[in-house]
Amino acid sequence: MNGSSGVLAVRRPIAPERPWLPAWRGHLHGSDLTCSILFVVPYAALLVAFVIYPIGYALWMGSDPALYAELLSDPRYVRAAVNTVLFVGLAVNLQMILALLLSGFFMRRRRWIRALLVIYILPWTLPAVPAYLSFHWMFVAYPQGLPNNLLESLFGIEGPFWFDQRWLALACDIAANVWKWMPLWTLVLLGGRMSIPQDLYDAADVDGASLYQRFAYITVPLLANLYLISTLVSTIWTFGDYAPVLFVSGGSPAFGSTVVSTLGFHYALDYGNPPLGVAAGLSILPLLIPAVIFLMHRLKSTEVQL
Amino acid sequence: MIAALFSARQRRTPYYRIRRIVIEAASVVLGAMLLSWSLIPVYNMFLIALDPTGHNEFTWEIWPSKATLDVFIALWTGDVEDVRDIWPQFGNSIYIGLFVMVLTILIGSLASFAIGRMRLAKSWVLTDTALLTYIIPSSILIIPFHRVMHAYGLLDNPWAVIAAEATFATPYAILVLLHASKLIPTELDDAARIDGASVVQLYLRIYVPLMAPALAAVGTFALLFAWNDYFYQYMLLMSEKNTTVAMALEQFFDDDDAPWNYMMAIAILYSLPPIAIFYALRRYMAAGLTAGGTKD
Repeated sequence: MNGSSGVLAVRRPIAPERPWLPAWRGHLHGSDLTCSILFVVPYAALLVAFVIYPIGYALWMGSDPALYAELLSDPRYVRAAVNTVLFVGLAVNLQMILALLLSGFFMRRRRWIRALLVIYILPWTLPAVPAYLSFHWMFVAYPQGLPNNLLESLFGIEGPFWFDQRWLALACDIAANVWKWMPLWTLVLLGGRMSIPQDLYDAADVDGASLYQRFAYITVPLLANLYLISTLVSTIWTFGDYAPVLFVSGGSPAFGSTVVSTLGFHYALDYGNPPLGVAAGLSILPLLIPAVIFLMHRLKSTEVQL
Repeated sequence: MIAALFSARQRRTPYYRIRRIVIEAASVVLGAMLLSWSLIPVYNMFLIALDPTGHNEFTWEIWPSKATLDVFIALWTGDVEDVRDIWPQFGNSIYIGLFVMVLTILIGSLASFAIGRMRLAKSWVLTDTALLTYIIPSSILIIPFHRVMHAYGLLDNPWAVIAAEATFATPYAILVLLHASKLIPTELDDAARIDGASVVQLYLRIYVPLMAPALAAVGTFALLFAWNDYFYQYMLLMSEKNTTVAMALEQFFDDDDAPWNYMMAIAILYSLPPIAIFYALRRYMAAGLTAGGTKD
């Protein structure tokens, strides 16, 4: 008894003898602790000054319920809300489904397909502004823009004024968004497909599975999680991605293709009503927060990283 | 390779040869479609930039006979009124990009060292807060941001943009650095501690040298992010002397008389550095994207 307690006493002082320490101190002491805290101070300061404070400020600015009544009474806002849902829903699903199918195409082991992949990711590597401005100038030029010239010479159709019609303008924005981001998701899903063991496909071949069955019973179940997470991330990004609308259609015709975030900028900058702009931005949170919570849940339970 | 694609069962069927030809033909057609889909907007940029008049009447002449480099030469000599300031604007973009890179490396490495190597307790608060920067759309943040910068007296100051972009580049940098630092054995730290090294020495003599490749990668990401970003620049900078290339490209957006060929030439020059970096680091970036993409 005595011997063992003596041994214990020689070791580091155990809990009761230790003075009370605040929980954040952990195992670090003295100058080490001071140093470590000093090391995270710049980062914490950035977070507080440029993330937490602006978020708090946004919530405070948009806290007046009257702002939301004002939003709903503006027909432009209602149209922008519809556009946002269409833009996000169509752009995300189009690029994810196409990326899923195309990642299968890029799995084919041909040299020319490898070379094609290098060109295919070019849109992803371009900065957003020049890429979207090229789209803008391609569609806005009448009648000599590239798409209209193609329509004319291929089918003999006179091309439309793309940005004079709401749905055409929105379609151009969606096309630009899909063009820019599909390569990224194709690469992600290609990585996912590559990590599926080839044995599974070999076994399926022995059992005489068709191409469709291989896809539906091996690829889809094994990629489902990655696909779901990618879709959620893409949804969250696309909700905040106003660049196609800002730089491709510019919201024309007369706010016809505007989305909630670009309308928010208009309220804040041109209309001189920043709180209304913030309220417009905050009004998409009810759609965004479930996606975020679901994503966090999936990430925690499956340990998938992007 | 072909044998792997066309299973034994298919080979036995009488239509095996026809099927094979159809599949090959279909993939060539799909490849051609993908090629034109990916290249048309880029091609459009060249079509306009190489045209001395700036009008691209696309006439199935894949390489226009009247294509000249006049536009690029005029940009270089600074003969055009509308785009005379383009080189100082490139300078502004580089200035912002370099400082974002340096700040991100500095702040990110310090924080990831304290969180990952010193295992500062309760530091999950910091990493979790960092996730906010991913999920809050900048379209919500930007209006309060504008006012906050006004309050800080940083409006129309490149440092407002540098601070904003460093804030959004650093959380990602920290996640990458935390991941990378797991590869460095902690025994190195312990050995140095026994020899009497202080925390600062651990950071300078062990962490920074061993993490140099990861720091370079993180810095490159930050540089790319700052170079490609336009929104914080567009919202927080106003005066002509602070205009960046992204802002210069945008300013002719609604102008029918815009010097399109010059704008597109600038767009091409502006896109070249990020494209070069992306392709140089392609393997690394694709690997980073898919690291642990599916469960092992």
